[in-house]
Amino acid sequence: MEQKNAKGWLYLLPAIAFLGVFMVYPLVDVFVYSFEEGYNSASQTFFGVGLYNYSYVLHDPYFLQALKNTFLLVIITVPLSTGLALLISVGLSSIQKLKDLFQTIYFLPYVTNTLAVGLVFMILFKRTPYTDGLVNLMLHWFGAGPIDFIDGPHWAKMFVLCFYTIWVVMPFKILILTSALASVNQDYYNAARIDGTSRSRIFFRITLPMISPMLFYLIITGFIGAFKAYSDAVAIFGTDLNAAGMNTMVGYVYDMLYGDSGGYPSYASAAAIILFAIVLTITCINLMVSRKHVHY
Amino acid sequence: MKVVLEHLTKSFPSRNKKVKEPVIAVNDFSFEIPDGELIGLLGPSGCGKSTMLNLICGLQTPTSGKIYFGEDDVTNLPPENRGVGLVFQNYALYPHLTVLQNILFPLQNLKGAARPSKEEMMNKALDAARLVQIERLLERKPSEMSGGQQQRVAIARALVKRPRVLLLDEPLSNLDARLRLQTREEIRRIQRETGITTVFVTHDQEEAMSISDRIVVMKAGLLQQIGKPQEVYDDPVNLFVAKFLGTPPINVFEGEVRNGLLYIGENSVLQAPGAPDRKVWIGVRPEGFLPEQAGPLRCTLSGVEVMGRDISVVASHPACSAAAIRAIISAESAVDPKAETVRFALKPNKVHVFDRESEERLRIELK
Ligand SMILES: Nc1ncnc2c1ncn2[C@@H]1O[C@H](COP(=O)(O)OP(=O)(O)O)[C@@H](O)[C@H]1O
Ligand SMILES: [Mg+2]
Repeated sequence: MEQKNAKGWLYLLPAIAFLGVFMVYPLVDVFVYSFEEGYNSASQTFFGVGLYNYSYVLHDPYFLQALKNTFLLVIITVPLSTGLALLISVGLSSIQKLKDLFQTIYFLPYVTNTLAVGLVFMILFKRTPYTDGLVNLMLHWFGAGPIDFIDGPHWAKMFVLCFYTIWVVMPFKILILTSALASVNQDYYNAARIDGTSRSRIFFRITLPMISPMLFYLIITGFIGAFKAYSDAVAIFGTDLNAAGMNTMVGYVYDMLYGDSGGYPSYASAAAIILFAIVLTITCINLMVSRKHVHY
Repeated sequence: MKVVLEHLTKSFPSRNKKVKEPVIAVNDFSFEIPDGELIGLLGPSGCGKSTMLNLICGLQTPTSGKIYFGEDDVTNLPPENRGVGLVFQNYALYPHLTVLQNILFPLQNLKGAARPSKEEMMNKALDAARLVQIERLLERKPSEMSGGQQQRVAIARALVKRPRVLLLDEPLSNLDARLRLQTREEIRRIQRETGITTVFVTHDQEEAMSISDRIVVMKAGLLQQIGKPQEVYDDPVNLFVAKFLGTPPINVFEGEVRNGLLYIGENSVLQAPGAPDRKVWIGVRPEGFLPEQAGPLRCTLSGVEVMGRDISVVASHPACSAAAIRAIISAESAVDPKAETVRFALKPNKVHVFDRESEERLRIELK
């Protein structure tokens, strides 16, 4: 037994060493940085140990703005993108003709570069001295607008960011969900038909539980992905996100390290640890909820 | 409930791009299931048994033909209005629901006046559970039960609404041999107790023979023969049916009718007075062989297996279409296991003669 254990550890050693060096060590390092006050990266010195970095970050209006943006983004895009993807997947799996074509179309955004798409979104939404942009043109037909989506009010900018995020994350979700739906044994549906089960009951009592592991996977990764959003905002609003009021938490961390006002690894570490704590909490809550509702 | 099928045909468009002909899964099928009987629908894989069940329960609509339950024409009725219960080969129990929830599921679908109160539903579910003897497993999930137990739950779910017709699609094929035997007795008992007209699909002839009131043999979508199991066994209409029924299977020889005698190779085995000369297939049931010192059929002996009550003799003959002949003889008969040859006389009522071309049974009197 002992022998076997030793052997097992030996086999695990490469993986453990790799993970240790490239994942655990940096994590611990960030954790340590976040408590070192007045750290100077040039001299590698610090004054003391304490919670000052956290206090600074939590009082920084830019951080609070980023926190608010991130939470808004998560709360809006995760349910909406997952729900929409579910609707589209159910629709896709109930049609026969042109299914492959639609599937390909829905998947296209996934293989398109994020920044390029962001640029297209900006052009669609942006107002310039010469044109109000395509979206405003359409709003105009309905007698609304014009609204400046890129440099205008916060809600309009948030709308563009959410719209864009949903658009970008949906293809993957649709792909996962259509394959999850296709893998449900047809016999369950036949059994339900013979028993005269209504369509809504079939959906809620059979289909949803059957695909719940995949759905849950999408929700968890969706939450984590949205909390880590950054490049999407950059793609639309440029690199000075603080000025645009559209920064996200990861954006804040980045700015603290490398931005124009950067060079503060301690603050960045504190912000990163706060983000880590939030994601961990949300994931734990997800896991607890899933115990009751996910059927493996 | 009597079930009548009239000229039932179901064809599927060909999926093969080169062969445009449609696949005819069920071909002009007519038969009647008397009220309260258990029918064994028997045939090799791919012969259209499942399609037939799907037509009866309404999951598929026939290309042509009619289906009656009693006097009602149900051909175009959706499945939920037919009053059928279907047990799937893989049971199709909802894995996320407990046994009780699975059994309750069909009842909870009912709407309006037909919907029983909570208490009635519970009583009905418990009745069904009791009938299949799983009342102690109600809180389990399907994954926590053996195949046989899952099978029972599936039957309970199919029965809970008291269907007019119960359909079982290869219900035993996922069980091990011992459970299979036990469960088929169980299905027979449940069918007797409820008196529900039942169609039992299987590709296992022994299974069908042992529990059916009547068996329906089909091949490539075509009805071959209907009858009581023993009748079909003793009096097959063609070579296919003869070969399909019986373990060990019937022994088939190339043969000939010549001058009122039935020949296997050069051995004249039986008299066939008045029969016209022709080339034939001769089927001899394993129990149709009588070892005799001067028997007309000379075979090369390969082995003798004592099976308690009976002896199984394995031999070969150049005219036999299979490599080995299997004969079952009573333990009293003396066959020397070391001998090189064994000679048999044949029991006329265990010998069937078929046309060489059409493989239809030739009703020749044998002596
Ligand atoms: N939905 C379908 N589309 C096309 N062909 C089918 C379909 N269902 C069954 N078939 C064909 O019909 C024949 C009978 O199938 P089936 O009823 O499943 O046979 P069995 O249950 O006796 O094994 C097979 O040749 C099968 O390929
Ligand atoms: Mg089948």
